[in-house]
This record gives sequence, C-alpha cells and structure tokens, in this order.
Amino acid sequence: MNATRSLLACALSLALAPAWAQDHSHHQMPPAEPATKPAHDHAAMDHATVDHAAMDHAAMDHAAMEHGAQAPPVDHAAMGHGSSGHEPREPIPPLTDADRAAAFPELAHGMHHAPERNSFVMFDRLEAVDVDHGSGQAWEAQAWFGSDLNRLWLRSEGEREHGRTEAADLEVLYGRSVSPWWDVVAGVKHDFKPGDSREWAAFGVQGLAPYKFEFSATAYVGESGATAATVEAEYEVLLTNRLILQPRVEIEAFGKDDPARGLGSGLSTAEAGLRLRYEFTRRFAPYVGVAWERAYGGTADHRRVEGESVEDTRLVAGVRLWF
Amino acid sequence: MTSDVSGRRVASPSRRRFVTGLAAGGVATGAGLWHLPASASAGRANIPTVLTGTQFDLSIDASPVNFTGRTRPAVTVNGSLPAPVLRWREGDTVTLRVANRLPVESSVHWHGILLPANMDGVPGLSFDGIHPGETFTYRFDIRQSGTYWYHSHSLFQEQAGLYGAIVIDPREPAPYSFDREHVVLLSDWTDLAPASLFRRMKKMAGYDNFHKRTVGDFFDDVSRDGLAATLADRGQWGRMRMTPTDLSDINANTYTYLLNGNAPSGNWTGLFRRGEKVLLRFINGSAMTYFDVRIPGLKMTVVAADGQYIHPVTVDDFRIAVAETFDVIVEPSGQDAYAIFAQDMGRTGYARGTLAVREGLEAPLPVQDPRPILTMDDMGHGGMDHAGMKHGAKGMEGGCGANMGMNGAGHDGMAGMDHGGGMQSHPASERGNPLIDMQTMSPTPKLDDPGIGLRDNGRTVLTYGAMRSLFDDPDGREPERTLELHLTGHMEKFAWSFDGLKFMDAEPLRLNYGERMRIVLVNDTMMTHPIHLHGMWSDVENESGEFHLRKHTVDMPPGTKRSYRVRADALGRWAYHCHLLYHMEAGMMREVRVEERA
Repeated sequence: MNATRSLLACALSLALAPAWAQDHSHHQMPPAEPATKPAHDHAAMDHATVDHAAMDHAAMDHAAMEHGAQAPPVDHAAMGHGSSGHEPREPIPPLTDADRAAAFPELAHGMHHAPERNSFVMFDRLEAVDVDHGSGQAWEAQAWFGSDLNRLWLRSEGEREHGRTEAADLEVLYGRSVSPWWDVVAGVKHDFKPGDSREWAAFGVQGLAPYKFEFSATAYVGESGATAATVEAEYEVLLTNRLILQPRVEIEAFGKDDPARGLGSGLSTAEAGLRLRYEFTRRFAPYVGVAWERAYGGTADHRRVEGESVEDTRLVAGVRLWF
Repeated sequence: MTSDVSGRRVASPSRRRFVTGLAAGGVATGAGLWHLPASASAGRANIPTVLTGTQFDLSIDASPVNFTGRTRPAVTVNGSLPAPVLRWREGDTVTLRVANRLPVESSVHWHGILLPANMDGVPGLSFDGIHPGETFTYRFDIRQSGTYWYHSHSLFQEQAGLYGAIVIDPREPAPYSFDREHVVLLSDWTDLAPASLFRRMKKMAGYDNFHKRTVGDFFDDVSRDGLAATLADRGQWGRMRMTPTDLSDINANTYTYLLNGNAPSGNWTGLFRRGEKVLLRFINGSAMTYFDVRIPGLKMTVVAADGQYIHPVTVDDFRIAVAETFDVIVEPSGQDAYAIFAQDMGRTGYARGTLAVREGLEAPLPVQDPRPILTMDDMGHGGMDHAGMKHGAKGMEGGCGANMGMNGAGHDGMAGMDHGGGMQSHPASERGNPLIDMQTMSPTPKLDDPGIGLRDNGRTVLTYGAMRSLFDDPDGREPERTLELHLTGHMEKFAWSFDGLKFMDAEPLRLNYGERMRIVLVNDTMMTHPIHLHGMWSDVENESGEFHLRKHTVDMPPGTKRSYRVRADALGRWAYHCHLLYHMEAGMMREVRVEERA
C-alpha cells in the first residue's frame, strides 16, 4: 500500500514542480497544435511517459526545495522562444454573447473618486507683539480652495497697536499652477488700513523656490495710478523635527508718495523676522521670535516727521496653526 | 450558507498526510499531522472567522473597533476586521451574496482573481456598486489556486477595514508539503476618518515625516563626509525641493499596524508543534504600508508569490508591497516562540505576531533596522549624479531630473538630454506638467535589488530576481507590441498619475482581445508604487525580456523600469492602478479596456 502511494506520489511530484520536467513534457507537445491542454494543467500530463531520467531531476529539485537553495537555472532555450508562433500555448477562449454581456454591463454612473477640490487654511503668524507702552497684535494668514492646478487664494495680513488696527489687508486671488513649483495669481487686494480703505488689482507669482524657500512676489495697481509691490520669502531651519526656526523677510515698495498714509515712493519698508516654533502637532505650534522693521526713503521721512522711529525691533509670541 | 472551518475542512486530511509523506522522502509516514488553521481555534481576542464552501453570505456593516485605546467606527464584514477568511476550491463555482448595511455605496473586489468583468467589483467599471440596503450576488468559477485577498473598491472603505484573505485550495496537491498553515494578513489602521486623512495629505503631504534631516544631521554629515560633499548633497535635494527621508507618505505617526487584525500589543499567536512545516500565507492588505518581514531564528522558504507557485527560495527577510501575497514555509524547532516582525519600510513602526507552541508566549522582538535615506541613485539619477556634481548649478538641476523652474528652461534641457545614450525619454504629456515634480534619468529593472533599507544588512533578502515562476510562460507568445507608462506625481501637491494624466483626464488603455502585449513601467517619482492590473496576470519579464514571474501586483521602486507581459484574455473594462489607496484616489489609475478586434 505504502509502495503504491509512493509511486503515485513520485508521479504527481513530477507533474507538478520541476521546471526541467515540465520543459521536458513540453517538448513532447506538438507546438503547432493550439488545442493542446494548457501547459500548467498538470492533470493533463501523461504520467505514464515519465522516464527515470526525469525522475532524477524531480528528486534534485525536491532537494533544492528542502534546503532552500536556488533551483537550477532555467533552460531558456526551452522557454518562450520554443513556441515563437502566433498561437498561444494556452488557447484564447472563444467568446460567447454571454461573455460579451458580462464584459460590458450597462452602468448607471462612472467611477467615484476622492473629491478634486480641497482646502487649506493657515495662520502662519497669530502673535502678540511687544510694542512701546502697551501691547500689539499681528497676523498673517493664507488659505486656498480648489484643485491641484486651479485655486482660489485668500491672503491677509495686519497689525494692531493699543487696541487700534494700524494695518489690515485681504487679498482674493485666482491662482493657477504654471509649473511644478510656481503658481501665478491675479485678483484684488483690499486695504482696510492704514487710512481710508482702498482697492488694488493684484498680480503675482508664488511658490517654492529651489532650496525650499517659500517665495511670493506681487505687484499692485491701485486707484489714480498708485502702484505697489511686495516680496516675501520664508525658510525653515529644522533644529529638530519639531523645533523649527523660521526666518522671514518682507519688502514693500510704492510707486507714488502717499502722504496721507505716511508712505513714500520707492523702497518703503523691510521686515525681517526670526521665529522659533515648537510643533506639538503639525497643526498647532506656539512660537517666540523677534521681528525687525526699518523704513526707507520717503516713508522713513514721514515717520521722522511724525516723531516715530524709523527702525524698530520687537519681541513676538504667538501660535501657528492650520486646518 | 456559511460555515466555520472547524466544522468542515476543504482539503481532506488523507490528502494532506499523503503530501506530507512525499516530503519525508517518499514514505507516507502520515500520523495525523494535519491541524486546524490556527485562526479556527478559539480563545483569542481577534480571530477572523474562516468561511468555506461554495455559498457565502457576507454583510458589510459599520462596527466599533478599538486598536489604539479609542473606540472608532470601522467598516467590517460579518462584524469582523479583517473580514472573514474565504476558503475556496479550485474548480468550484462560488456564489457570494454581499449585503450592504452601510448608509453609502459599497463594493467587494476579489484581488487577483480571474473572473468575468461584471464580477470584479469595481463601481463605475464592472458594476454600479452595492447600494445601501441592497445585496449583490457575485458568482464565478474558480480557475486558480493560492493565497489572495478581497477588499472594497469604493473610496476609502478598504482603509476603514473592508479587507480579508482568500485561500483557494488547489485541485492538485501543491508542489510542497506542510503540516499546518496560518494566514498572516498585515494591514494599517488609522483612527482618522480615511477621507479626512486624504484631505490632510492634500493640505500637507509631509505631515508624517518626523525624520527630516536637521541641523544636527548636517553637522554629523559634515564630520563624516566633509563640508563640500554635505553641501553638494543638501544642494541636490534642495534644488529638487525634496526630502530623502520621504519613504512613505503615511507612517506609524498616523497608523497602527495590524497582524490579522491585532495591534502589536495584541500579539496574534499562531501555533505549531516542533518539527512541523508551517505554511504562512502573508498578505499585505494595507492601504499605504510596505512591510519588511522576518522571523528571527527561522529561514523562510518562499514557495508562492501572488498565489502562483515559484521555485522555492529561502530568505531571512522579505519586503511585501501593498496587495502582494507571499506563501512561505518555516520549520520552527528549538524555540518555543518566534516573533513575526513586520517593520514598515520607513522604520517608524511594526506589526508583530508570534509563532509558538502554545498560547501566551512571546519571543524578543528584534531591534528595528536603521532608517534608510534615499539617494539620487535610488531614483535612477545615479549615472548623472556624479556628472552633475562636477558641473554648474544648472547642470545639476537637470541632472537630478527635477521638473523645474518658472521658465521651463529645465524642460528644454531635458528634451535635449532625452536623446542621449541610455537616457530615459518621457511622454509629451509630462513636459511642462505642473503635476510632475521629478523625472528619472536612467532607470533600470533592479530586479536583484533588495530595496531601500534592505541592502547589505547581512541577511538574505527576497528580490523579484530571486523569484521565478515554477511554470513556463503559459502563453508562450512574444508580445506583439509594447506600451510604456510612466508613474508620475507631485509630492507636495499629493497629486498622482500615469504619464502626468490623472484617471479622469485620461483615455482608457485599449487592448485587443487575445493579444499578447508588453507593458513597460517607468517610475518617475521618488515613491514606491505597487501597480495592479485587474482581470489578467502581469507576467514580469527578466532583464533579457523573458517570462520570469507571474504576478497580479508589480512593485515599482523609485528609479526602476520594469516590464511585464499581459495576455488580454479577459474581455471588458478593468481597473489598472497604483495599489497605494490614496495614490489611486488621487488619480494614479487607468481603465484598461479589452475589446474584440474590429
């Protein structure tokens, strides 16, 4: 009984595993006959034709498996190239109408994917400022809504001193990606302060410059020929993966004198900030920092006349958050 | 009707003993060596049921789960996460009645199973999905055997828990023997609602990377490599605006890794008796996680990949891409317990379980491997790397293949270089495309490369090159034509595509029924992508272009160009996509339409 079993077992093992033995059996198959049983249909192989040489190979292969060594190299001559004809070894099943119906069912709707439109709102700076004789606050926020390529951008910046809003603006822009790292933006900017509120048309670029500098440059055209430009750059220095130092510079320039708002033409102000934040989570990071600002040209002159300082360095503390 | 495997087993004990006897040298020693799959035994916290037979009733529902200390809703099948193990038999016709008790549309896709297109379970391609309160009946013939899996193909339900193992017993005995088997299904779990995790990736793709290089790393590198080399390295990455520690988009900062639905603390245990051969059916049912798996103290003999027999290859360690399955045989002896240790590719966490002679044992876990750092070489920029470093900044930027610049000068540069010797060319739809942040320069198949983080670690690591189908090319024809597709994306935007075109912007790929064709994939990203074609096999070619390894999911590490043969013998509309769930949802997908020749 055991002997019969073993014999049958050998035959089965031949039919199954060894590549060599399989190749061997392929040679016996007439290649011109597409109706031959599929090559991997082991049950179809004629076990009676197995010879002792093949059995040796089977044993070898088996041993290889036991020891986990690489199996002997494939006989490439026997593979693939053997049947270079256009008929597959395993015939392509002829199609029935039932197959056709199953292949192209009528569908009520197309595929649902994750929404193309997304959003991002970030308060990069939401801070208390240590101003002379009192307190101040400042903010800088940006948000986008839309797809990977086309987005509605909101940008806002402002500051308050002694409970009074000194400066505040909101930009509403359409942004379009023109390259992997750069968006062009166009839209309007509304200045709430300083002075009376006013509108600008805004055009600019923003993106990630080489070496991972966040960069934006925007030109503004306002009422009665007013023009302005703002350039801003930020960088992140990772002291650790949570303790992050963020240097930031912003430069503003104007095309015309605007005495009512204390602005002179040309380079108006330059700001530089250094903020050290700790990301308790990615979304919530308190920070402390120092912000330096200096006025130039006509703007500096206006400040001197008003008795204000041209250059100012302030301590700031705030929180960066996004959702 | 469904039943538990403890009630009836598919493979008859006598046949199992028979095969066992063969392995022992032709003598049928067989003495009751067949044991129940461990998953059928009782007494542990989370053990998926095993359903066998030809008739199955599956009910998709929302159930509370707790893997992290917080109770969260999950999508389950018959109340189970993972879904029940389905045990089929080759040659049977199975009927699966899938009821949807969710308030939203659902679906089940049978991954790697050959079947008619309308049974494939992809809403919008194969059927209209299963509407709330409805029951869809799947019925198809089982024409294959091995280890597979099933999962939802509706939005993010797979991430929420709708995945389970399929084991198909072969009509003929397997070409190897074993005394006992366990399914080892690896997956990733998040307490977040998966849709909000996707939105988070769109807002801040680098959220989970807490291993970016710091100022401290800079000084360490300066002291090791010198200032010039360190600056050059930082310069290359800086110009590309990329991070060499971006190995996976989502890692253990967000995920808890599960083994058969158990968190590491749950310590899933599979039993063995000394001297037994144990077949472990590894399945990576993750949404986004590649695992590197080893069992310290045991050699693993891999006998099947993606359900298909391979020439046995013995390894210490294997990387399992999302959606792949590997069957491995281990022969535990000498220890009472062995740890199954599956660290994520980025080395941020692990799934673990234990093979033990009885419940309640633990083996010491190995130390996690060092965290790998991507190199320019990894991304197929190797050839240009050194050349680039000697030239000016402009040359370097081109050299890195970064798709750059406000002015598009980089593209012109690239175009010129495309025609150079050995330089990879790129489809026109990639040129000037804002959704492509990188192009590889000189990709290669890398079939013998263990992969990032697994090289030169003193262990024998599985590679695609080392795996070889046990059978000859079942089709045998040379491909009539070649279709080249590039895997493309933008890390910061978390935008993913083929050839720079997202699913919704692209035409279907058309295949002629019956043809034998070749797909060449080129990875133009710095991420690793598991590419899955529904309905048909992907027969990976070796570096000489010959049939090598039959797969349903082909891993594409960065910097690789790999080819596989497809026999278009399945009429209909099929999904073809990156199996990183969030990449697919972001657009890295195509419809493959197999039509009759006009």
